[in-house]
Amino acid sequence: MSLLHWAVLSPFLLALIVPILYKLFRQIHTGWFVLILPILLFTYFSRFISLTKQGDIVMESATWIPSLGIDVDFYVDGLGLLFALLITGIGSLVVLYSIFYLSKEKEKLNQFYVFLLLFMGAMLGVVLSDNLIVLYSFWEFTSLSSFLLIGYWNERERSRYGAQKSLLITVLGGLSMLGGIILLSIMGNTFSIRELIAKSGELMDHSLFVPALLLVLLGAFTKSAQFPFHIWLPDAMEAPTPVSAYLHSATMVKAGIYLVARLSPVFAESGLWFWLVSIAGLITLFWGSFFAIKQTDLKGILAFSTISQLGLIMSLLGLGAAALHYETLGENIYLAATVAAVFHLINHATFKGSLFMVAGIIDHETGTRDIRKLGGLMQLMPITFTVAVIGAFSMAGLPPFNGFLSKEMFLASMVNVLQLNIFNMETWGVLFPVVAWVASVFTFIYSMIVVLKPFTGKLQLQLLERKPHEAPVGMLISPIILASLVIIFGIFPNLLSSSIIKPAVAGIQPSLAGPDFQVHIAFWHGFEPEVWMTIGIIAFGILLYKTLPKWQKVTQWIPERISLNALYDNVVRGLERSASFVMKVLMTGSIRTYLLSIFLFFIFSLGFTLYWKDAFKLDAGNFAPIGIYELVLAGIIVIGSVAILFARSRLTSIIILGAVGYTISLFFVLLRAPDLALTQLVIETISVALFLLCFFHLPLMASRKEERMTFKLNNAMISIGVGVIVTLIALSAHSNKLFDSISSYYLENAYKEAGGKNVVNVILVDFRGLDTMFEITVLSIAALGIFAMIKLRLTGGKDKS
Amino acid sequence: MELLMAIVIGILFMCATYLMLSKSILRIIIGTGLLSHGAHLLILTMGGLKGGSVPLLSDEAATYVDPLPQALILTAIVISFGVTSFLLVLAYRTYQELGTDDMEEMRGTETNE
Repeated sequence: MSLLHWAVLSPFLLALIVPILYKLFRQIHTGWFVLILPILLFTYFSRFISLTKQGDIVMESATWIPSLGIDVDFYVDGLGLLFALLITGIGSLVVLYSIFYLSKEKEKLNQFYVFLLLFMGAMLGVVLSDNLIVLYSFWEFTSLSSFLLIGYWNERERSRYGAQKSLLITVLGGLSMLGGIILLSIMGNTFSIRELIAKSGELMDHSLFVPALLLVLLGAFTKSAQFPFHIWLPDAMEAPTPVSAYLHSATMVKAGIYLVARLSPVFAESGLWFWLVSIAGLITLFWGSFFAIKQTDLKGILAFSTISQLGLIMSLLGLGAAALHYETLGENIYLAATVAAVFHLINHATFKGSLFMVAGIIDHETGTRDIRKLGGLMQLMPITFTVAVIGAFSMAGLPPFNGFLSKEMFLASMVNVLQLNIFNMETWGVLFPVVAWVASVFTFIYSMIVVLKPFTGKLQLQLLERKPHEAPVGMLISPIILASLVIIFGIFPNLLSSSIIKPAVAGIQPSLAGPDFQVHIAFWHGFEPEVWMTIGIIAFGILLYKTLPKWQKVTQWIPERISLNALYDNVVRGLERSASFVMKVLMTGSIRTYLLSIFLFFIFSLGFTLYWKDAFKLDAGNFAPIGIYELVLAGIIVIGSVAILFARSRLTSIIILGAVGYTISLFFVLLRAPDLALTQLVIETISVALFLLCFFHLPLMASRKEERMTFKLNNAMISIGVGVIVTLIALSAHSNKLFDSISSYYLENAYKEAGGKNVVNVILVDFRGLDTMFEITVLSIAALGIFAMIKLRLTGGKDKS
Repeated sequence: MELLMAIVIGILFMCATYLMLSKSILRIIIGTGLLSHGAHLLILTMGGLKGGSVPLLSDEAATYVDPLPQALILTAIVISFGVTSFLLVLAYRTYQELGTDDMEEMRGTETNE
């Protein structure tokens, strides 16, 4: 356990203490205690920048399950560090923001911060683990905490729906990712990402390579809300806004991107990877930006915009994979795509985080997020407006904000696709820049909607729940910090380039981004195609925004009925229905039905196995001789048990059962088992006494008319079936001796090891002493149950007995 | 001998099954009692019968019967006693509370309520 381990574990530890702090200090907002941790962690992780800058990697190991090759190995490289800084940095701002967003009087703050801390720790675990199984465990933990946070206001139906949806979709992806991880470990014989990367060459030709790739991508796509799995993200907006800003925009949804980036060195050589990642990314980019325009909820727009931006980053990572097919660095323009992906990842976290916080402020101050009701807030909330302008313009890709730079790099990468001459790109490549450009126009439009609809136009006070005014200072700090970062990164992008971006790119493409690889981001590099594209985007964007009411109906062309959401709803409903149908068929409440299915299964499975394996064998060679005495006893048992079937009164059947039991103890005597005989005698006596006690002395029962069992053919057939099968098994078990008995060990060692001559007793109390102890435990549980049933009555505490 | 035992076991299981499929709770309990008798004999038969003398170590005996099935059965007898007595008391109390010993009348599914 190193300091790094403690750093990852610290949110979990704090989560344990938070409920206590909440109870002890009700006057202080719990968020203040929580805030300390992400700030500490952020400073802790920023120390690593100087290390990763030089290409160093910090690795700390701790053993967990060494026999399975699962160790908690954390390592910090450029990529992991970038994410760790995002998680802790945005985490600090979000916690600070939440202190003012969530009222300490009304909200269950203890739960909120516990869930948030769980998420923070899990997310750090995801991005810092080297072992894929550990990564997977943390991965599912993020899904779980996301579920809890979306359902935070669990009295709302929409919250529960959104929480369930996100859980079902992301866990589906998580499980398939686990499958992919297992396939990877079969191929590479290790769970370690580093070792897998080292072996990537030989993995390519393995027959499991493609299934592993598909399964891992499914996990990444569901988590990062890629089309067609994006449908959970808009519903996740039911979460409190700090959560949306943190999980569903800046960090958790980027876990899928992290996974794609992290495993790029393993998979990216393959053409399938290139196609899947870039195409899924592009479709998502377009889909998200197009449907964002349709939304009327401010957070809904931001949700679709997040989907679209995630698609953008994903497609860049896909394109970056093309770089692996070009040897020299000088002409390798595709590596620039990866640089753009990393840069945009950072930028997206800053501008989208600030926009979410703005949406939260508007919601908080006006009581609604519906853009049809909002308008004219500019005068009332000037600071919020400024932040919104910065965030939205950056999102739209306007200078001088950071979004402009990464958007230009994105467009440049898409244009460069035209020069690609692998994977049949000559024919289809032209679609890439076209889709990118169209999606960017829509991005421009929804960015304008986000900032212009609520803040300009007519103020309709009568539609708002309360009279809006500027948000409290504390609530503004975080968005202002993020907005200033938007400007700082926009004007001085090279602050990041060698310290953060270059090490991160080196983590994604270690074979290419060597020591002489440099990242330089420039504002102006001549009249390249991307500049014209940006100008076109702005021109068309303004035009379309002005004419928005005329064509907005186009976005409604897919009826709700056949949408992906409807598909999801139908699948879930169908599952629920079929589950309750199966439940109704199987769980009838009739013990007879249960026993019937058990017996039928018994007959058919065992009978079939006997037949199929040809297991029945009758070996009369070592049969023991039959004595007359045994014949008599066997006769008594047979007659007795059959007689029970025909017995009229309960008393008779109980007595016959006793008789059968005593006969069996006599059998034990003959079969050289004195201990069994004694035990059986004692037990049988007690049993009969108990039977009589219960059923003979129950007056009502005795007076009730007793009748013989009516004959039922079905039951008889099944009974005969069971009897025959058991007979066959008894004979086969005796005749098939597949291996030597282990009994000789006990016979030899009973005296030597345990000093007892009665071997049966020695086995029970010495060799298998623990078994006997548990046997006693079972008896005690039965005794306690009996005692409870007799002594306790369900009469509200009154003791009738 | 083994053949005879196998048939006896089969008959015990058959009667036990038939009883357990009936409606009366008492018969079901008697059925489980018979079933455990059958199971005990089954374990004993599987190990082979009369293959030697009683498993009490002494100088006279050359071979012993298998002690392991006996140890298993000893445990099983005690456990089945525990289960039977629990079931009995359960049936007794059920009868006191519900006034019936018919399993079909005791069906408590959500749909019936």
